[in-house]
Amino acid sequence: MHNKSISELAHGLRTGEFTSVELTRVHLDRIASHNPTLNCLVSVCEEGALQEAELADRRLRAGDVGQLAGIPIVHKDIFCTDGVKTSCGSRMLDNFIAPYDAHVVSRLKQAGVVMLGKANMDEFAMGSSNENSFYGPVHNPWQAGAVPGGSSGGSAAAVAARLCVAATGTDTGGSIRQPAAFCGITGLKPTYGRVSRYGMVAFASSLDQGGPMARSAADAAALLQVMAGFDGRDSTSAEQPVPDYSATLNDDLKGLRIGVPKEYLGEGLEAAIADSIQAALGEFVRQGAELVDISLPNTHLGVPTYYVVAPAECSSNLSRFDGVRYGYRCSEPRDLEDLYKRSRGEGFGAEVKRRIMIGTYALSAGYYDAYYLKAQKIRHLISDDFRAAFEQVDVIMGPTAPSTAFGIGEKSADPVTMYLSDIYTIAVNLAGLPGMSVPVRPVNGMPVGLQLIGNYFQEARLLNVAHQLQQATNWHSATPAGFE
Amino acid sequence: MSLQRSDVEKIAHLARLAVSEDELDAVTADLSNILHLVAQMELADTAGVEPMAHPLHMVQRLREDAVSETDQREKFQAIAPLTEAGLYLVPRVIE
Repeated sequence: MHNKSISELAHGLRTGEFTSVELTRVHLDRIASHNPTLNCLVSVCEEGALQEAELADRRLRAGDVGQLAGIPIVHKDIFCTDGVKTSCGSRMLDNFIAPYDAHVVSRLKQAGVVMLGKANMDEFAMGSSNENSFYGPVHNPWQAGAVPGGSSGGSAAAVAARLCVAATGTDTGGSIRQPAAFCGITGLKPTYGRVSRYGMVAFASSLDQGGPMARSAADAAALLQVMAGFDGRDSTSAEQPVPDYSATLNDDLKGLRIGVPKEYLGEGLEAAIADSIQAALGEFVRQGAELVDISLPNTHLGVPTYYVVAPAECSSNLSRFDGVRYGYRCSEPRDLEDLYKRSRGEGFGAEVKRRIMIGTYALSAGYYDAYYLKAQKIRHLISDDFRAAFEQVDVIMGPTAPSTAFGIGEKSADPVTMYLSDIYTIAVNLAGLPGMSVPVRPVNGMPVGLQLIGNYFQEARLLNVAHQLQQATNWHSATPAGFE
Repeated sequence: MSLQRSDVEKIAHLARLAVSEDELDAVTADLSNILHLVAQMELADTAGVEPMAHPLHMVQRLREDAVSETDQREKFQAIAPLTEAGLYLVPRVIE
């Protein structure tokens, strides 16, 4: 039952072949067996999940045929859930029970999903390996001792290990796509503004975007259908109609123009990964697509620019954690300043503190023009690179990450080395474009992700292209050993 | 761009973060390395380029001036570290 697609599960639930309670129990049992070693969930909601499953079964019997009714998922622990702890992977929020649901959570709840639990993540979504969590690292289901990627590492590992049908994630610089690549699943970061940020703990507000993580493009389409749409409670929510993402999945790809940026297949990419990417591109050519050599000349500036913009926004956003209204408070503060400094110094982990300090420095008097303003100008150049490329092509493709999943501890001592693992994903966030990662041919038994980048609000096109690849190949259905 | 320990002490104060004496050297080195990475921005010619604050060039939306939040003080204060009589408590500020 745990290997079925959402449409197969929806059919089984609707026809009474099995109930949501049965489906939920299968997944809770898998969580009980595997979560102690993977550490991908930080909260498991057994009782709540079974209650939601019973409710879904009643709705299904009454003829509520919403495609997600009764489907068990997990939420990244960055989405506020009324009554269930939302830690954001931080000691700061280890005691935080949100008084309301995030928009994404309430939309999915209305659609009848069952929440199995909350997924581990890098603290405040800052990281590329899930090693920055207060709750410890997550193990990659494909290889114990390897990272699952980050920051949505718990979500990716849980989906790959079949502990849930699908999961939510967030992506500020690659945090859906890179863990999707490392764990061999399908992940989509929508256009900035497509999915409401209401109730999603803020990291870098001009970059943050929630999206689905699933085992196929068709499953991701079903989730995005419910997650996407205008929400007045997010001041940058896009007032754009939401198309029927499933309706265009089967469109053929004849004449599709695929841009292949030379900067994504050059120096710094492992040769075996480049071969896997080429094999996938060959499959698209067989389906009638055309490859176009393109250039995104400012690609090398993406990481440096991001490490000004994201920390600057994070230093501002995370100033709300003051030890007064909610979250961690240090013991026996001497005075108000001591309360602020020690609550924040003890409540935040090392990477979060580094980014707050970089951001504080970049925004401080005398440095603003050299750092923040300069970064915003380069952001424009990066965005213009994509604008020019999309005049020639329909979709851009390249690797999601320069390597397969690395070992736990391998890069954690050097922040800058870690930052470079997001080299191909970061520019997409700076430009605000939709991006996706889909599994292609593995390298030495470890998953490899193909990144698809679309023009603004072209999620339907990305899902269509990914679905066509998944109809012709079976890379996406590979299951890690021990989790069949 | 290399920072000195004194720079980091100043930044940490501005960010209201306690950084212990033991951590200070390592934090100084890490932040200097990150700023070294960031310095690659200097290579870009940005003369005449407009800064981009937001990916979609949006105009801030206005909403109706209507009540949208209800009073949930008890619910919100239930998760606060220390409250009394509906107030958030902090160490004494005025002697």
